[in-house]
This record gives sequence, structure tokens and C-alpha cells, in this order.
Amino acid sequence: MEIINQSTSGTLESSDIQIILGPNKQGIDIDIRSSVQKQFGEHIDMLIRKILSDKMIEHAKVLVVDNGALDCTIRARMETAIYRSIEGNQRVEWGVIK
Amino acid sequence: MMNKVKREIPEEVRGNNKLFAGVNTDCKVVQRAAPKVRPIKLGEEKLVASIEEVINKLNLCDNMTISFHHHFREGDYIINLVMDAIAKKGIKNLTIAPSSLTNVHAPLVHHIKTGVITNMTTSGLRGELGEAISNGVMKEPVRLRSHGGRARAIEAGDIKIDVAFLGVPSTDLYGNANGVKGKTICGSLGYAQMDAKYADQVVLLTDTILPYPNTPISIAQTDVDYIVKLDKIGDSEGIGIGATRFTTNPKELQIAELVKEVITKSVYFKNGFSFQTGTGGAALAVTRFLAEEMKNNSIKASFALGGITKPMLTLLEENLVDTILDVQDFDKEAAISLGQQERQIEISASYYADPHNKGAAVNQLDVVILSALEVDNQFNVNVMTGSDGVLRGAIGGHCDAANAKMTIISAPLVRGRIPTIVDRVNTVITPGESVDVIVTEIGIAINPKRRDLIASLSDQGIPIFTIDALQEKAYEITGTPKPIEYEDKVVALVEYRDGTLIDKVLQVKQ
Amino acid sequence: MTNLRRTMMFVPGNHPAMIRDASIYASDSIMFDLEDAVSPFEKDSARLLVYHALKMVDYGEKELIVRINSLNSGFGFDDIEAMIAADVDVIRLPKTETAKDIKDVEEVIESYERKLGREVGSTKMMAAIESAKGTLNALEIAESSKRLIGIALGAEDYVTNMKTRRYPNGNELLFARSMIIHAARSVGIMAFDTIYTDLDNEEGFKAEVELIHQLGFDGKSIINPRQIKIVNEIYRPTKKEINHALDVINAIEEANEKKSGVIALNGKMIDKPIVERAKYVLSLANHS
Repeated sequence: MEIINQSTSGTLESSDIQIILGPNKQGIDIDIRSSVQKQFGEHIDMLIRKILSDKMIEHAKVLVVDNGALDCTIRARMETAIYRSIEGNQRVEWGVIK
Repeated sequence: MMNKVKREIPEEVRGNNKLFAGVNTDCKVVQRAAPKVRPIKLGEEKLVASIEEVINKLNLCDNMTISFHHHFREGDYIINLVMDAIAKKGIKNLTIAPSSLTNVHAPLVHHIKTGVITNMTTSGLRGELGEAISNGVMKEPVRLRSHGGRARAIEAGDIKIDVAFLGVPSTDLYGNANGVKGKTICGSLGYAQMDAKYADQVVLLTDTILPYPNTPISIAQTDVDYIVKLDKIGDSEGIGIGATRFTTNPKELQIAELVKEVITKSVYFKNGFSFQTGTGGAALAVTRFLAEEMKNNSIKASFALGGITKPMLTLLEENLVDTILDVQDFDKEAAISLGQQERQIEISASYYADPHNKGAAVNQLDVVILSALEVDNQFNVNVMTGSDGVLRGAIGGHCDAANAKMTIISAPLVRGRIPTIVDRVNTVITPGESVDVIVTEIGIAINPKRRDLIASLSDQGIPIFTIDALQEKAYEITGTPKPIEYEDKVVALVEYRDGTLIDKVLQVKQ
Repeated sequence: MTNLRRTMMFVPGNHPAMIRDASIYASDSIMFDLEDAVSPFEKDSARLLVYHALKMVDYGEKELIVRINSLNSGFGFDDIEAMIAADVDVIRLPKTETAKDIKDVEEVIESYERKLGREVGSTKMMAAIESAKGTLNALEIAESSKRLIGIALGAEDYVTNMKTRRYPNGNELLFARSMIIHAARSVGIMAFDTIYTDLDNEEGFKAEVELIHQLGFDGKSIINPRQIKIVNEIYRPTKKEINHALDVINAIEEANEKKSGVIALNGKMIDKPIVERAKYVLSLANHS
């Protein structure tokens, strides 16, 4: 998949994560600001990279403001941002999402 | 060498202190310290025009120890006013020994950086101040003490106070002061009574001067050197911040409901029992739920202890509690009530919780409900450092009251993405040895050594887990947090109430 | 999963903290809402959020229900596919007016069950009746699908449709409640009552739960965990009811042992409805 537009998902509320996803010239750039940076910062970074690679996205800029979201929320917000950023009106393939 | 809760305290910061060896503190005979007294001459007046002038009269100089109290909590003006005046005089290397510090005391960071303050002992550190200290702003480690531990340290001379600057809601011109009259009332002056009795020089700061003799006499003229009148000593609204709102948060209500179940289904719930509940949403809800059960079962408590809140007064008024022993008031209503209710009694920090006097009130306590930032699977409790390792809490009377017959810690299983039940708390404040029941929103864990409680609380409809199961459940939700990384520098030492060292706090890595 | 559905807790579908915490309260079922609680601009994110929560959060034994958007909203098809992929227990239809509404959704459910390899017929359904037309068609709605576990009253839209509003005594809902409970009982499915929104009026809530309990409803939709305990207390059977239920079950077991065809208790015949009632009472007693 290719990131064409910039999109936002999620909120700044407690237990949520806000993601701003946009195109990038080369590679994946992730900037994370998290209320649990020390305990889970690396984990969030890895999770976001995994979700991008599962979707075969090689170039993206990701700006993350996290207020203690669980993995299921991070996945949901990331995937929302991805589907909002890719070209056309591509439907989610529910059978293959992990 | 490790202490009894398996914490290493480096030799070079240990000083003369022994290592924590268990909650049964050694009961050797203690020689109390006594203050120097400068007698007041006949006809001498105590009123001084300003803080600046009183600093001159006190001969306040480098390396002295000065103290304050925290009865105004987030509404305190005194500490910042006095420290600013001292700094302007160019005095350096002071030790400050307030009973506690709150968010409003962030300006102290500046005085630390400029060398005005070089040593500190307190019960609490929050906000910018806590962060700065966790980041190593002080050269010497801060000494963290419980309210009972501070009273003990003052009596033993471990804290030798040269000057106590005590904000009082009202005083007469000869120094009879209390917290129940005046423009800015705070109720009990229980912590300040220690400073008044043991400091060499005592300065009262007030915004209300009343005719002689001002009663009740919480701090007596016999202990007071000087009086300074200010426009305003504090903000009454700030006294109750963060302490007194009745929660509508369903999770807190569910925890409170379970705490109530644990208490009412224990053997301690009978006529004449005693309890302490503390503050925070869940604690206030517990008080209300407990009151209903007491009414339903015609059970009356003999006394309630600790920091007092409005829901506690309701119990007194409804005759569900005989007596309130009041060391501190957490809201304006409780402060006003202390001046009106005969059965609400002001007590000092020593009377409340000192382990080295001839019997503290906490020794008489049946049930206490306390909160926690973290609990580990040894039942050790942290109320001082956040999950990121930064100082952001207060010991208060936590480890003092935790020696009740049944000590209940109420805490949510997780906060956001942070587990509350962990494999190792960042800082041990209250040793697991004195903790009996952990209550979370999904169920409780009972300290295995309390077989009696396990037997009596089983099959009562209360979900009981092992502490390990609770911890696993928490980690299942959040994932396993990466351990916090620290530098080698010790930024604070935690004294157990008897003066032994229970833990250290290290500088956090940036 | 029990056969009890006393409390069905509404959880807004785009609220991570409430979705996470829904597991800790004692409601019999959780109903994640993708419809009215979610703005049209966040339908996609709520759908993904509920999807991942259903897959990753441990909700224990609770029955998991999702209220989807209607098929003609433009969101309904995606909602159904996502929730079937997430292995939801029950799909709840909003604003049902005819048997056709149910059959249309059932067809979509079946097609996704086949596509995603889930056993056909394993996704249950429930319908919310929220209008005059739906109320009058309650019976045909209740009869329309084997997948239906129950029908529910949605009073907020219903009173608007009826040109009235909610009153404390509930008289404005009496006809709809009666229709729904009759339709449900005549088909042998469950009936659920509407939400009560004034959280601070505990007495009003109690009175309403007592009323619907009296009418025969199986449970109530709730919007806050604080309401769970009150409902469960009102639905808790009396000691007398429990003892009678135990006697009934004992009598059956005895009769089964003796291979006796006729079962009687204190001279009265025990037939199938009495046995079912006894089992229900014991199940209520065990979970309150």
C-alpha cells in the first residue's frame, strides 16, 4: 500500500492515541510522544512498524501522541489512519487483518 | 547488604541509620531532645512588622535548619514567602524540614539551584519540585519520612529545628494560636505542634490577630518567640484540592464497594471498632458505604483517625462514630467542624503515629484503608514515586497506619496503560509485612500470612485471587512495562517510621 | 455465557477507556455501539476499535453484542463483516420496523459467515423496536428469524415518533412494552427494556426496573455500571422462589431415577414451563 494523503485518527483523551500519518520520501519516520514513554515507548514504535510492514507500507511519516492506549487501540487507530491515507476507496479486508 | 525488603542502601549515604529490619521496631529507651529557650522579658512584645525584620531578629544564618507545616496543603503561601525573603538576605546552605511539600512549592527549585537550600526532609514531593529532585538537582539526598517518623525524628533530635515558621489561621499577640478561627482556617495544627514544642525559635505567621487569650490553644504562647502579621497566609480553597470530591467514577465505586465488603465481612466489623480511611475518590466512597452498613447493622465505631473529611463528619453527626482523632483536615467543612464539635479532637503528629512514644493512636487502630501508586507481589506498597520513577507522592501516615489490625490497600489494577500490581515496586514505602488485603476492581488478594483473613473472607461472594494472579492479570492488559532506568546517584532516602532505612530513590535517566 | 440477560451495558464504540473497562463490571452482556454513539466521521475508526477490542480484550464469559448501523446508512455492510470477522456473539439491529428489515440483515450476515468461514447461523441477532410501525409489527419481527435471541424497546426514538416524551411513570411506553413482551413470549425469545438516562435519579431508575420486572421483561439496557447492582437486586428471586425451584428440580430428578412418567410436587403436576421457570430462578439466584 502507498500513503498518499495525510490523515489523522484517534484523540488526545486518556487511554487513546492520536496518529497523524502522511507520505514520506524515503522510509518510515516515527515520532512518538507518550505518557508511558519510558515503559512502552520502544514497544509502541515496534508495534507501529509492524502494522506498517504488514500492510507493505515502506514510506510513511508517523506522528504519535499517546495517552496510555492499549495495543488494540494502537492497532485500530493506526489502521484507521492507513485506510484514510491510501488511494481510492479501498475497503478493509476483515478476513486478513490480524 | 540488603535490608529486610531486599533493597540495597549504599554505604556512603547511609550515615548513622540502621537498615530496615522489620515492622517491630526496636524499643530501646529514647533520650528526647529539648529546645533552647530564650525567655521573654516582662513587657516584651512578640509582634514583628515583617518577615524580613523577623529574619534579622532570629539571627538566621547559613547552615541552619528551618521548618514549616503543610496544613494548608495546595493553598500554602508561607513556605514560598519565607524562602523568598531568606534568599534575598543571601543566606545559604539551609536544611528545610517541612512536614510535607505540595505542587505549590515548585519555586523551591530555584532556591535549591542557587544554594539557599542544600538539605531537605519531607513527607511529600510533587510536581516540578519532585521532578527536579528526581533529575538530581540536589547534591544531598532528600530524607523522606512519614508523619509518625518525622515526629519521632524531631523528638529524638534527628531533626534539630533552629527556627520553625508556622502559618496559623489565628493567634493573639502573645502566641496562643489555633486553626479553627481566622480568615484562612485549616482546622487541626497537629503536625505544627511538633515544631512548636521542639524548635529553638518559633515564629507564627498569621492574617488574623484575635484578643488575648485566643482559644482553643493548639500552639501555646509558652513556645512562641515572634509573630508576623501578613495580608494572607494561604488559600482556603487549596486545602481541599484533590482530596474531597465524591467520585462518580464507576471503577472507583466498584473498588469502594469491594472494600466495604471486605470490612463488613471481617471479624473487625463490630461495635466499638475503629478505622482510618484517608482521601481520594474511592476512600470517601468507602466512608459513605460503610456508614450505610453501620446503620443497617446497628454498629457504632469508637473512633476514626487520620486526615479528616466531610463524609467522616457525617458519621460523627449521625452518631455512628464516637470520637474523631484529628491530626489534619482535608476540607474546609472538617476544619470548621473541629472548632465546633466536642467529639472531634485535635491530636499531634506524635500522638497520631510516633513509634517511639508511650503509645500512638495508630496502635489502637482496627481497620485502615490506604491507597497506592504501586503494589508488588510481596505486598510492598509505593506511594512516593510514579511508574516512571519520578518523585510525585507523599508518604503521609501510610506506613504508620499500616500497622492496623487489618490494613487494606485499595488501588485500580491498571491506570491507563500502567499496571498497579507489579513484580517490584519502584520504591518501598510500606513493607508488605504490614499489608493485609489488596482490593482492586476485579477482586482482592490477601497476604498469605493472614490465614485467618483468608478463612473468614472466603466463600463470602468476594472474588479472591493470589497476588501473583492479580499481577498477571494486570500485565495481560497492559503488556510488560520496560523497567525504569536510573543513574547511580541517590536523590532520596526513605526512612521507615522507626528511622531505619527502607529504600532509596535514584536519579532517573533522561 | 449464561442464559441471563438482566443487564446489557451500552458502551460507545469509539471510546477506548470505556471499551477497555467494560470487562470489569458485572453486566450480563456488553453492547458496543457503532450507531448513535459514533459520529458519521468516525464510523470507520469505531468499527476498527471495536473489532480489535473484541479480538484482544478478555471479556470473560460476558455475551458480546454490537449495535450496527442500518444497511441503508452506508456503514451497515462493513459493520456486519467486521463484527463477524471479530467473532461477535450477537448483532443488534437499530430501528427495526418490519420482518424484512431482519431478513435483509440476516442475508448479509449469512453471506459474510460463508465468506469468512464462520458456521452459518452461529451469529445471533437481536432487534430494537423504536417506532409505532415497529411496535405494531412486533410479532412478525419476533418471528422473522431463528437467529433472534430477543427484541428490545428503544424508547428515545419511539416517544419522538409518538409525539410525546418520557414521563416518570412510563405510561407513554405501556403499549409498546406490552406489545414487545407479548411478541417475545409468544415466540419464545427474550424481551429487553429501554435505557434510563437520568443517572442521578436512583429512585426513578428503581421504579422503572420494578415495573419492567413486573411486566415480565428479561432485562434492561443500561448506560452506566452503577445501574447493574440495582437491576440485579430487583431480579434476585426470593428465598421462597428459590426453595420452590429447588423442590421442582429435586422432584424431576427423583422421577427420572424412578423412571416415573408422571411428575408431581405437593399434588400438583410439573410440566415443562414450570421446570424451565425453576431453572431460570436458580440461575438468577446463582448470579446475584
